[in-house]
Amino acid sequence: MATEFHNLQELRHSASLATKVFIQRDYRDSTICKFQTKFPAELDSRIERSLFEETLKTLNCYYAEAEKIGGQSYLEGCLACATAYIIFLCMETRYEKILKKISMYIQEQNEKIYAPRGLLLTDPIERGMRVIEISIFEDSGSTSSSSSGSSPSSSTAQ
Amino acid sequence: MIIRKPTRKWEKLPGKNTFCCDGRVMMARQKGVFYLTLFLIVGTCSLFFAFECPYLAVHLSPAIPVFAVLLFIFVMAMLLRTSFSDPGVLPRALPEEANFIEMEIEAANGNVLAGQRPPPRIKNVQINNQIVKLKYCYTCKIFRPPRASHCSICDNCVDRFDHHCPWVGNCVGKRNYRYFYLFTLSLSLLTIYIFAFNIVHVVLREYRSKKMFHVDSLTPHCTVLEVLVCFFTIWSVVGLTGFHTYLISLNQTTNEDIKGSWSGKNRVQNPYSHKNIIKNCCEVLCSPTFPSVLDRRGVMLEDSSSPTHSDASAASTHKSSNPVSQTTKSSAPLIPNEHTPDEAKPGIGAGTQKSTSSPKGEKPPSPTSPNAVAPAVIKESTH
Repeated sequence: MATEFHNLQELRHSASLATKVFIQRDYRDSTICKFQTKFPAELDSRIERSLFEETLKTLNCYYAEAEKIGGQSYLEGCLACATAYIIFLCMETRYEKILKKISMYIQEQNEKIYAPRGLLLTDPIERGMRVIEISIFEDSGSTSSSSSGSSPSSSTAQ
Repeated sequence: MIIRKPTRKWEKLPGKNTFCCDGRVMMARQKGVFYLTLFLIVGTCSLFFAFECPYLAVHLSPAIPVFAVLLFIFVMAMLLRTSFSDPGVLPRALPEEANFIEMEIEAANGNVLAGQRPPPRIKNVQINNQIVKLKYCYTCKIFRPPRASHCSICDNCVDRFDHHCPWVGNCVGKRNYRYFYLFTLSLSLLTIYIFAFNIVHVVLREYRSKKMFHVDSLTPHCTVLEVLVCFFTIWSVVGLTGFHTYLISLNQTTNEDIKGSWSGKNRVQNPYSHKNIIKNCCEVLCSPTFPSVLDRRGVMLEDSSSPTHSDASAASTHKSSNPVSQTTKSSAPLIPNEHTPDEAKPGIGAGTQKSTSSPKGEKPPSPTSPNAVAPAVIKESTH
């Protein structure tokens, strides 16, 4: 875990960014928050299609759960209305709780799956819930071979 | 050490909004009419509480002023919630996203001959088996999501844009539409309530005392004033409430209604309507409250816009002061600074060798080109 976190941090601060891919919203089911699961061509050589689709499906499920109009949302709405919505000043809404879960899920996915492949997912909330931004860094395969190559050379130089 | 107040993101937000209470409150620039609304509501209610309520509480029931107070508090809460909250502003696209969209548009349009006007930037999406056109916003550099519109007064794209209301001093959109509706509804009730009890007050006094308003000369003037204000307010606010009730039952926005998006022949039917009044009302009024995507109170740093501060700032300051050389300890390129401030030796020869072999990682200030690339790279990767 420490090594994975190390790699994620190193990815953010020392890797060179090659390009970014943006996964757009899927509006076929009206205005609910849902992202297209179409696999971008740029990720073809970087990550397995199934892993990517799994991540997106899970995210879409989380958002669907957050926006579900059912018993819990009615209860929350009625309670809030009865208190003139003052209760929202002290209470976290269901949507906010699920957004926190999503944020943790994305962090976990980045650490376990995407960072080792030189990719980084950005939480859609940071982009106005419009896109999922995937940053593609320089190929990690070439980097690890070159850095292991550099270590003996630095020791000889010093 | 100088402790500077952190810059919060609201200070750098584009658009023509004003912010108060360190980003907690968000309104439009023109607030004059909002102050008038406040004055009318608070003023009329104060007169009611001061001149009518004592008589009514004694001669009819003390529940009358109590209910009036509760209704007044509800009206004010809804008004302030509508006015002060983010209506659902969509943040503008960052440069990379804007470029990506531009490239997509160019790819879709193909070659445009010089002198020829490029085709309008429209994306067609299918929503519930209807084709809906998404327009491109040149200000925000995004394709507007369905039902979003750009408010020229606030200079923002707002999700599920209804209208810009000068009476509340803010746009009415996805996040505050229900508060706006409840405000108009409760204000209608309050106005009718005050109007009715003013009439009751006048009638009671006439029947009980046989002489009109013998108590003092101020009360009749206040009553007349209240009746006048309530009379004109009833026509406008009750009418507005009725109009919005109609819109909610059809799951339409004022913007769509004015533009006639879903009416008339040869037009698509409203794809957002559930064709059921109850379902439409539930969706508009009882759906989960959508949080703001603006992050107004997030802290900004001078050199990066990301809230993950310490690594980014430490990286940039360390770059300038203490060149980091790649050590033999880790096989991966070294994470900048905090682990190895003492070990940083300006091994230029080693640095040059390393920089040519591994482009990733912190670079000592060597004349090789990756050093020039690295500061920009760090900045980009922290976005």
